[in-house]
Amino acid sequence: MSSTSQLALIARRSVSRTFRQPVLVVPVIAFPLILLAVNAAGLSSVTELPGFPTKSYINFAIVVCFVQGALFAAISAGTELASDIQTGFTDRLALTPAKRWVVLAGATAGGASIAVFGSVIYLVVGLIFGVEIDTGVVGALVLLALAIYTAIAFAGIGAWLAVATGSPQAVQGMFPLLFVLLFLSTMSLPLDFIQKEWFATIVEWNPLTYLIDGMRGLVIGGWDASTLLPAIAVATGIMVITFTGASRSLRKRVQRT
Amino acid sequence: MISSTLSVSLAVLRRVMIQTIKNPAIIIPSLAFPLVFLVAFAGGLSIVADVPGFSFKGGYTAFQFVFVFTQTAAFGGIFTGYRIAEDYESGFARRLLIAAPHSAGILLGFVLAGLARFFLTGLILWGIALVAGMNVLGSPLEILAMWLLAANVSIASTLWVAGLAFRFQSVDIGSFMQMPVFILLFLAPVYVPLALLTGWLKLAATYNPVTAILAANRGFISGEESKALLAFGLAVGLAALMALWAVRQFHRAHRSVA
Repeated sequence: MSSTSQLALIARRSVSRTFRQPVLVVPVIAFPLILLAVNAAGLSSVTELPGFPTKSYINFAIVVCFVQGALFAAISAGTELASDIQTGFTDRLALTPAKRWVVLAGATAGGASIAVFGSVIYLVVGLIFGVEIDTGVVGALVLLALAIYTAIAFAGIGAWLAVATGSPQAVQGMFPLLFVLLFLSTMSLPLDFIQKEWFATIVEWNPLTYLIDGMRGLVIGGWDASTLLPAIAVATGIMVITFTGASRSLRKRVQRT
Repeated sequence: MISSTLSVSLAVLRRVMIQTIKNPAIIIPSLAFPLVFLVAFAGGLSIVADVPGFSFKGGYTAFQFVFVFTQTAAFGGIFTGYRIAEDYESGFARRLLIAAPHSAGILLGFVLAGLARFFLTGLILWGIALVAGMNVLGSPLEILAMWLLAANVSIASTLWVAGLAFRFQSVDIGSFMQMPVFILLFLAPVYVPLALLTGWLKLAATYNPVTAILAANRGFISGEESKALLAFGLAVGLAALMALWAVRQFHRAHRSVA
């Protein structure tokens, strides 16, 4: 059996297992939209501050949904993989000729697929509620592609956590840590609206800032390579680092077994 | 019977606390989460205090601290719920239900564990906020009232999550445990006072019990008048409602074992 066929089989199992559990799917869809609604209403008054880049806060905030959805995907993917490790399924897979990357990519496909599903819904809901994308239809498609690419990269985080800890609870427990990174980014305000210098420094060092700004540029700034390319680079970097780390951890775990 | 129930509770409390302290993957998020929120809200959003009409005697750091403190109380409960769910997955919870002479003590033990986690993280949060120069204009009695009000939130949250854990008996519902608590917290005046909210959020915040709890605690910390009685009534009522839910799910889980 080719690696592609193995990947398809493992991925199909992961996707069907994930979508059979509403508790894994519903939060990914609902939570980012609820936070968007709450933030768009709660922080709408900041658009009155002189120099704010848009008069509609929902235009500013919509892209946070995509990154948040990708974070959820990371945890869903990690939880599922950790469950597989706990039940011994991954050990049994290790006895087959399947390569490590096939096991990892296949096992995280469920989480990534939720994020893909979620990204489409965020975009549609955003458009229904008046989001205007400055770069038009092509920009919307690029935004969607970037969101999906980010979700796949973040699934690598979940995979690494799962293989390193082997515990679904530990993976779930890391969600708040990943989630707070969102709040240490340009999620709520542009960088030049952050008054405290030390906080602006944290924001500048946070990779999520570049992902958010890259996506946001497509919505409220127009085509701008200086925001789009760093976003692609950050997503690629996360993907390479996390899947490499997960693969090495999996090798060690299988050797121990 | 009371002493037996209490001994079961204390055993559960001791076990949860030992596990929490021994496992960094469990303790770090519950400590880091509120700290980062405090940093993000008080530091990152300080410009919000310049929005026309914003006024709070204690300053924006104290304004946001109250929200983060309340959130800490709620999350003390959520992280305890993970513990219960994992106990079910490992089979320990079933053995505990069979072995405990008075099973009501199990639920009480988890509530105490949620409170202990909240007090631990709450103390650290207060320490950091004070070192960072937060203005506390309320009297010691008002600060005590603030703790008591938040403790009620912690109890309500633990009971909610315990009910879910007894019902689903799986850690897979982790997001589902957090989401309603998050929604309730964020449908309150988080960034600006209620008077500055508009539209549907103002309507939701007006009827959200968390709004009254936040308003009372913001009154306590700034030494200003607040509707404390209403806030305590709502917090105790919420905890009582969650107790009904948790006890019902607990009995259901107990019956399935028996």
